[in-house]
Amino acid sequence: MSLQGRAAIVGVAESDLGEVGPGLTPLDLIGQATSRALEDAGLEKGDVDGLFSASAYYHMPTLSVGEYLGIRPRYSDATSMGGSSFVSHLFHAAAAIDAGLCEVALIAYGSTQRSAGGRLVSGSETLPYEAAYRPRYPVSMYALAASRHMHEYGTTREQLAEVAVAARKWAKLNPKAFVQGDLSIEDVLDSRMVSSPLSVLDCCLVTDGGGAVLVTGVGRAQALRKPPVYLLGVGEAHWHRNISQMPDLTVSAAAESGPRAYRMAKIGPEDVDVAMLYDAFTINTVLFLEDLGFCEKGEGGAFASGGRISPGGELAVNTNGGGLSYNHPGMYGLLLLVEATRQIRGECGERQVADANVALVHGNGGVLSSQVSAVLGSEETL
Amino acid sequence: MSSELGLRGGYANGEEIAVAHRDAAAGAPAEIYRRYLEGGTLGFQRCRDCSSAVFYPRVLCPVCGSIFLEWRTSGGRGVVYATTAVYRRNEEPYNVALVDLEEGFRMMSRVEGIPAEEVGIGLRVRFEVRGEEDGPVAVFVPAESTG
Repeated sequence: MSLQGRAAIVGVAESDLGEVGPGLTPLDLIGQATSRALEDAGLEKGDVDGLFSASAYYHMPTLSVGEYLGIRPRYSDATSMGGSSFVSHLFHAAAAIDAGLCEVALIAYGSTQRSAGGRLVSGSETLPYEAAYRPRYPVSMYALAASRHMHEYGTTREQLAEVAVAARKWAKLNPKAFVQGDLSIEDVLDSRMVSSPLSVLDCCLVTDGGGAVLVTGVGRAQALRKPPVYLLGVGEAHWHRNISQMPDLTVSAAAESGPRAYRMAKIGPEDVDVAMLYDAFTINTVLFLEDLGFCEKGEGGAFASGGRISPGGELAVNTNGGGLSYNHPGMYGLLLLVEATRQIRGECGERQVADANVALVHGNGGVLSSQVSAVLGSEETL
Repeated sequence: MSSELGLRGGYANGEEIAVAHRDAAAGAPAEIYRRYLEGGTLGFQRCRDCSSAVFYPRVLCPVCGSIFLEWRTSGGRGVVYATTAVYRRNEEPYNVALVDLEEGFRMMSRVEGIPAEEVGIGLRVRFEVRGEEDGPVAVFVPAESTG
């Protein structure tokens, strides 16, 4: 049995974003996003009977979120795989809905990491065998992957910078993007080195932010306020937690999660109108373009260059400005779902991709560890 | 090496395997690894059933699931697989690398003896031990620079 076309996203919202100021808690942001998502869907809080969350703040996130919102779910899932968790939650919610275990699922996330001191709150536990080497978690791990990709395929720092520049061009079309200023290749190359070859402008933002996504079965979805955005295919994979255990630093488990999602959706990368690829670092976008089949292995740097993934380019990638320029609240995966849904609904204003019917959402978690891919589609893709 | 460390391994019959197994359970892998370092050597595990080299040390083989992992001493010769120079405020950049050892395992470490940015992928390196506050640490130096 397949989950293809069995569930749909019916409501999405962001919380306040960027720097929300002192005093607000991650749960406050979840509250903001949830009330906005319910309004977006035309649902009541009392309709929610499935609750999905992950958090670096709350050890028992669905308990904390359920209590704060006053939701008593009959189905609860706090799968924690870093930034990809929320795409995984969509997968698990669709399965639960299809099995009749819940009817309306809320996926929610919030973080106040910027207001709380600008430090990334992350699961940075280190192995006893590795702590002494003091890598900067997580950037050094991505830097190691970038070094290997450059060595094997001749990928350059300029090509990585192209990813950041493309993200900024999209961000300038998104009023909610945290950074809007001009950005050149040289700006990225000249910025402060953090863990070579990655400089600070190869790294995602550290912002406050959160969001909420509502999911229900297709029958109920079609009776709600907005056109449903259907889950056409989904797949997850993880092969390691620590970068030393990643079999090949140039191939992520997206090479497995992506094909799983495409197979379920009965589409291929050539059918994708919008690709939301979790860009915690510039190397991510390069790896995921390859692993998800948009180009051959080793060609991701060239593919991302020359404006090909910028507004008006060959492939619309990270149309909100991405984790690099829009928002990255510690874990960013939920915001990928928000943007993909809005693109398919045609709600994206200046950055709207024409005739966006199929979106690929790809979540990454840990240190290139967890990979979750989901294909979303409009009514006409069913 | 094994007997010096009070470790057992490489047994053929059921009884002795049980002894080896009990030793493995009694000695935490991280502790045994540390004892190797204290002796100036780099320990790793090899699976008796599938021959895989296993690192970091565990209580079962992540390839085949066997619990019969034998401790071995690495020759300490390796090649840099991936590398980064880490920059922190008020510190000189330092190296973090993944090193592929000749025995077939990969570990995180750092390469010393040359500037952090000059550590290149493919560089041949040799294991050395450094005494640090929290105990001995495995590091690597360029193979040609040491005698």
